Amino acid sequence: MTPHRPEAGGLTPLLEAQGLNLRFGAIPALIDVAIDITAGEVVAIVGESGSGKTTLLRVLSGMMAPDAGTVQWLGQDVLAMGEAARRRLMRTEWGFVHQNPRDGLRLAVSAGGNVGERLMAVGARHYGSIREQALSWLAKVEIDASRIDDLPRTFSGGMQQRLQIARTLVTHPKLVFMDEPTGGLDVSVQARLLDLIRSLSRELGLSVLIVTHDIAAARLLADRILVMRRGRVVEQGLTDRVLDDPQHPYTQLLVSSVLAA
Amino acid sequence: MNSATTMDSPRASGTIDSPRASGAIDSPRASGAIDGYNFAYLDEATKRMIRRALLKAVAIPGHQIPFGAREMPLPYGWGTGGIQVTASILGPTDTLKVIDQGADDTTNAISIRRFFTRVAGVATTEHTADATVVQTRHRIPERTLREDQIIVYQVPQPEPLFRLEPRRTETKRLHALADYGLMHVRLYEDIARLGHIAKAYDYPVMVNGRYLMSPSPIPAFDNPKMHRMPALQLFGAGREKRIYAIPPYTDVRSLDFEDHPFRPIRAPHVCALCGSGDTYLDEVITDDAGGRLFVCSDTDFCAERQADTAKEAAE
Repeated sequence: MTPHRPEAGGLTPLLEAQGLNLRFGAIPALIDVAIDITAGEVVAIVGESGSGKTTLLRVLSGMMAPDAGTVQWLGQDVLAMGEAARRRLMRTEWGFVHQNPRDGLRLAVSAGGNVGERLMAVGARHYGSIREQALSWLAKVEIDASRIDDLPRTFSGGMQQRLQIARTLVTHPKLVFMDEPTGGLDVSVQARLLDLIRSLSRELGLSVLIVTHDIAAARLLADRILVMRRGRVVEQGLTDRVLDDPQHPYTQLLVSSVLAA
Repeated sequence: MNSATTMDSPRASGTIDSPRASGAIDSPRASGAIDGYNFAYLDEATKRMIRRALLKAVAIPGHQIPFGAREMPLPYGWGTGGIQVTASILGPTDTLKVIDQGADDTTNAISIRRFFTRVAGVATTEHTADATVVQTRHRIPERTLREDQIIVYQVPQPEPLFRLEPRRTETKRLHALADYGLMHVRLYEDIARLGHIAKAYDYPVMVNGRYLMSPSPIPAFDNPKMHRMPALQLFGAGREKRIYAIPPYTDVRSLDFEDHPFRPIRAPHVCALCGSGDTYLDEVITDDAGGRLFVCSDTDFCAERQADTAKEAAE
C-alpha cells in the first residue's frame, strides 16, 4: 500500500484516502478504495467507462460524499470540512481540470479574466499585476498574448483546454485533479497537451491525479498507475511495472488492447 | 368612530369598551385621510411582517431578507417595494418626501406622495431638510441627510450578482461564503475592454466589509454618500420580494482595483439654473437643433440654491 516511488520515498502523503465505499442504489461505484499521493507525484487512474474513475475523483476532491471511508488532506479530514473551507482549498491548494473545458471556463469572460478569476477570488486587487500574471500564464500554455482579451468561445478545443490549465495553475496549487483532460481532442493536440502537462508538473513540482482511459497518456505522464474495474482497484504500482508486467487479467486485457501506431 | 362601533355591537357588555378604545391606537388615522383604508394602506399584519424583515435587515447590514410582498395599487417597477417599506415605517406625525430621478415633480413622485396623503393623511414636503422619511428612486438627495431621517430606496433588482450568476441558489451560497471574486472579474473585464470601469449606475458596494450589495440604480456619483451616512437606509424590492438595509454610520465601499480606484462620474458642466459645479446633472434637450442644457437632477437642492442667490442679489 505504501507508494514505491524512488525519489519520493518516505514522504508523508499530501492526500490520503482509505476504505472508500459508495453505492448508487444497487450499483457499487467504489468498493474499499484506498489511494495516496505524495508531493510532486503524478498518479493515473485508468479503467473502462463506468469503472468508478470519475466518481473516485469527485469523492477525493470533496465534491461528493462517500458512504464510508476517509479522505485526508495534509492530515485534515476533507469530508468533515465546512463548505467554505473546502471552497478555499479548491481555489488555492487544489485545482480541477474538467474533461470539457466549457465546464471549467467562463465562456462570457475574456481569456485574461478567466485566468485572473482565481487570483481575484483569493484577494488580488491590483489590475496591473493580475494582468501581468495572466499574460505570463498564457505564454506558459502557449497561447498568444494578443488573444488575452478574446472570449474563450473563439478558441479551438485544444486552446480552451490549455486556457483551463492556465486558469487552474495560476494560484500555484499543490494538487491538481484532471478528469480526462485530453478527451475529445485530436491526436496531435493531445500529444502537445500531454507534453505541456508533463513539463508544467515537473517544473512546478505539482502533484497530479489524472483520470484517463488512454494507456499511452498514462505511460507518458504518470509515476504510478491505479487500474480500476467495477469500483475496485484491481492493480496498482509503478507505471512501467504495471504496463510492462501486468498481473491482473483485466490489466493484461487493457494493455494488450492498446493500438500500436 | 369608536362610539359607533361599540354602539351597534350586541356583544358589548360594558366592560369591552375600554379595550376597544385602546385597540384603536393600532390604526391611527391622521386627519385628511380617506375612509375605508387602514392607516397607510397596508393592513397591520402585513406591516408587522415587513417590520420584522426590516429589523433583520438592519441587524445584518447589506444582507437580503425575503418578505411577502403584497400587491400594491401600482405596477411592478414603479416602486412597489419602496412604497411597502414606507407604508410600514410611516407614523401620523411623519413628513414624507418622494423623489424620482432626483425630482419632486415627476409623475411617479407626485403619485406616490398623493397616495400617502390620501391613505395616511401624513404631511408631505418637497424640502429634504423638512422630511423625516424620503422615498427615492435613482438618486440620493444632495443635502446631507440627518440622524432623524430615513431614506427608502426603490429597488428593481436586489441581487448584485444577478447578471453574472443567474441561479438564485448559487448567489445565496456565494453571499454566504463571501465569495465575490466574480464581481471583480466583471470589473476586470470592463478595464480590459474599455480602459476603465464602465458601470455608471447600480455600482456594486461592499457593506460593513461583509456583504456585496446593489445600491439600487443610483448613479455611481451617489455611492460615496452612502458611506457612514447618519440616516437609516432601507431598500425595498417588491417584485423580487427582498428587503435590505444599511444602519446609520456603516461602512459602504465601492468595489475597485488598487490601480483603478473608484471614481464618481458626473457630467463636466455646471448647472445652468443654479451654477452648482459639484452636483449630479441631468442633460436636457431643449430643441431639435442640438440645443442642450445641464441642470441639477435634485430639484429641491437647485431651487434652494437659486433662492439663496436671489436673496443675496437683493441684499
